[in-house]
Amino acid sequence: MAARTFTIDGKHVSADESATILEAASEVGITIPTLCHLDGVYDVGACRLCLVEVTGVPKLLPACTTRVAEGMDINTDSERLRKYRRMTLELLFAERNHVCAVCVANSHCELQTLAYTLGMDHVRYEYTFPRWPVDNTHSLFGMDHNRCIMCTRCVRVCWHIEGAGTKNVSGRGARSQVISDLNQPWGTSETCTRCGKCVMSCPTGALFAKGVTVSEMERDRTKLEFIVTAREKKQWIA
Amino acid sequence: MTDMIATLSTKKENRLGKVLEHASGDKRFKILEAHMKKHQFKHDALIEVLHKAQELFGFLEEDLLLFIAHKLKLPASRVYGVATFYHFFTLKPKGQHTCVVCMGTACYVKGADKVLAAIEEKTGIKAGETTEDNQLSLLTARCIGACGIAPAVVYDGTVTPRQTPQTALDRVKGWTSHGN
Amino acid sequence: MVIDDLIEIAEKEKAARKPCVVRCCMAAGCMSSNSQGVKEALDRAVKAAGLEDRVEVRGVGCMKLCCQGPLVQIDQEAPGATVEVQTIGKGPLYEKVTPESAASLIETIKGGSTDVSAADPQHPFFTQQFSIVLANSGIVDPERIESYIAAEGYHALHDVLREMTPKEVVDALIKSGLRGRGGAGYPTGLKWATVAKTASAQKYVICNADEGDPGAFMDRSVLESDPHAVLEGMAIAAHAVGASQGFIYVRAEYPLAISRLQTAIKQAKQLGLLGSGIFESPFNFSIDLRIGAGAFVCGEETALMASVEGKRGTPRPRPPFPAESGLYNSPTLINNVETFANVPAIIRKGADWFAGIGTEKSKGTKVFALAGKITNTGLIEVPMGTPLRKIVEEMGGGAPDGGTIKAVQTGGPSGGCIPAAALDTPVDYDSLTKLGSIMGSGGMIVMDETTRMVDVARFFMEFCMDESCGKCIPCRAGTVQMHHLLAKILERKATLRDLQKLEELCDMVRSTSLCGLGQTAPNPVLSTLRYFRQEYLDLLREDALGPGANGHSSRTTTPAPQPAGGN
Repeated sequence: MAARTFTIDGKHVSADESATILEAASEVGITIPTLCHLDGVYDVGACRLCLVEVTGVPKLLPACTTRVAEGMDINTDSERLRKYRRMTLELLFAERNHVCAVCVANSHCELQTLAYTLGMDHVRYEYTFPRWPVDNTHSLFGMDHNRCIMCTRCVRVCWHIEGAGTKNVSGRGARSQVISDLNQPWGTSETCTRCGKCVMSCPTGALFAKGVTVSEMERDRTKLEFIVTAREKKQWIA
Repeated sequence: MTDMIATLSTKKENRLGKVLEHASGDKRFKILEAHMKKHQFKHDALIEVLHKAQELFGFLEEDLLLFIAHKLKLPASRVYGVATFYHFFTLKPKGQHTCVVCMGTACYVKGADKVLAAIEEKTGIKAGETTEDNQLSLLTARCIGACGIAPAVVYDGTVTPRQTPQTALDRVKGWTSHGN
Repeated sequence: MVIDDLIEIAEKEKAARKPCVVRCCMAAGCMSSNSQGVKEALDRAVKAAGLEDRVEVRGVGCMKLCCQGPLVQIDQEAPGATVEVQTIGKGPLYEKVTPESAASLIETIKGGSTDVSAADPQHPFFTQQFSIVLANSGIVDPERIESYIAAEGYHALHDVLREMTPKEVVDALIKSGLRGRGGAGYPTGLKWATVAKTASAQKYVICNADEGDPGAFMDRSVLESDPHAVLEGMAIAAHAVGASQGFIYVRAEYPLAISRLQTAIKQAKQLGLLGSGIFESPFNFSIDLRIGAGAFVCGEETALMASVEGKRGTPRPRPPFPAESGLYNSPTLINNVETFANVPAIIRKGADWFAGIGTEKSKGTKVFALAGKITNTGLIEVPMGTPLRKIVEEMGGGAPDGGTIKAVQTGGPSGGCIPAAALDTPVDYDSLTKLGSIMGSGGMIVMDETTRMVDVARFFMEFCMDESCGKCIPCRAGTVQMHHLLAKILERKATLRDLQKLEELCDMVRSTSLCGLGQTAPNPVLSTLRYFRQEYLDLLREDALGPGANGHSSRTTTPAPQPAGGN
């Protein structure tokens, strides 16, 4: 356990050597946009929204998986980064059918919020309008693949926290999708424990509790956080 | 749109039990299990096992994937995810004959696209599909490394050099029922 | 196994040699033109002519001039002498031999004549080659370890194990200046040093034989022609970095290479050249094969390791680099086939010898696979720094049927198109990078004036789109949009605004993608935009350009787009 000192956006910061740039930044109140990151599960560095500039490194580095180092000069916000982040969001909106007006997660959606905060006011790329199905076979939850951004949070919580392994990704490239067991209707899954962690983890309206309608799908992340951190925080004891 | 919304199914069937019961009567499952044993049922042998399974069964049907998942103690979703990630694995039965058109760069600049288009037109199927009578599967490859003899086509496992739309059509003619 | 055993095997092999060796190419290219049948016919003809004690028919690896296969070469010495490694390859090289014409070749040994045409041995294609990696290719029998041992095989491994410390081996590699032949050109010695320095009880050596670039077949040829050189190189590497387990990750599309490797590993194990206590030293090393299953992205090292672990082949962010935390989170050395194949020669002949070949920053030779619109397609090995013109015009014989070369594509989907005007560029890592392409693994596709560059860019973008693993957004969704824009341009529906969008996306995908596949996916577009921008402009919509803008006059000369191939 050794401390490292470095700068983020000109601010002098110190953090443990095991900390990621994302953790160190959030500690001092600097917000870096993320979509695939979820506190408590391991990071995959897939959404590329948290890319930051580090002086002396030619490539952009993902804040969620890059560990801090002594003397690092990190820049989390620049015209170039903002442009790339907006483009990333544009690509996501064009990829599947994200129609906020009729979405259960409207106004509680991380994708939507990011689009607002990063100033992505329109999509310049052609919408692909793919035909993705909606799986309504589960007794408690539903999955709308049209809203899925392939952040794989649900896959990770299902395997690493719940240990069920019901969810995984099939196919590859633009045809990849989140599946239950052998790509079967979720309701027929023999491994799903109906714990709902995947629904809690979803950043968009892809996973939802049954019975909610437009704008009603709110998520309580504190439950997920509790499960992950309760042991170290000794919260198990009532 | 009805096909896009799965219907509510209430009853879960014990799929694994049925698969294991079925497997006990099939010799190929025994060979496959012996192969897994050789790899000590290790998780990292999954791709090797899928190769063997496809060799034995011709394609990877869902019950087979479930069997493998059970024996390797892996989640079924993981096995399905791996099987669909790699293009070499096929979850649908192949036709009696296969025709693989190499679409590598060398073959492409030498007219492999025209060879493929000719076969597609003749057989009425697209690359990746199988004819309705199950006679011919038409596939494309990303480069079979036979660039010196481009364009190359693999008919039933035999690499054949310097193909033209005409030579290719002659070759697949007998394989389609409406071939004339 | 001690050195005396090795020498004994070599001597026995040499003593069994005959005054006449008929070598028949048994690599995949010639095999697909029935060289198996040719070899059987040659065997029968020798028997029929009663020449069994004078003539040896040997199945060998690639003889390089793949377009003229099946190839057969006959080397004959004066009575009393035998054909040695040094003198081999001087006899006539017969082209397009058939099982029917094979017998007439055997007649030539007795002084008869044949109608089969022979290649001109004085052609630059042969005389300009400089063989290190391919030295044994077409000479030794890849299915017999004795044949490799007789060509000084496994001697370097012995020297390394008995006479050199791991550090000395690493130093020799650093001194040799060898750079990774997989494409990026990272200094091999430096990589070995990093793995060697990382402390760990378990380390791995991986040979990346997932030759995915379409149009590249060098690694396939090396594996089919000289598999033991790769095994020996891996064993030397394992000694240098302190690993005891190796993996070769080879594509499922190369069944012949897989079977030759299996045979080679089995034979090396039997002789104790793999296993425990090799050459009576404390060094243990075994090699397992891992068969790929058709995913281009698995050529990326972190994806390859995921695949070896039996997972979906998706890359992960680096750092940590494999040298610190790779396969099963252990330090892992991962090099390409050709890199490993260079190692035994470097040890045998010395780092200084190797460093004397090539240019200042790119040492040694490079194997290229010549293909596309070129007269002589096949394999060539030339010193680094050889001008591109010499390779494609002199050795390759230029475009066939009097055509003119328009561009040379190197580096596959990660590379770029080098225009004919830049053909005098010396081929080395840095010069090609300056031109906006990359060395890549060694595929060289020649394009003539009938090739439309926008279509080529679309072809590669379709490739990247299909092969994207789907993990990161820029690559998964960005390649789809770039492909869409390129198709729109080819359909003559695009505007100047679309072209700007395309360029902007190229920059974004290159800067933000997770792995090399996405980061280099825009390269074919960027390099064709750089050198053939007019072809893009010519395809824009009539009303896309303002009055006075160029592009109108030449529009009629551009051929109309053909329906795109593929699906």
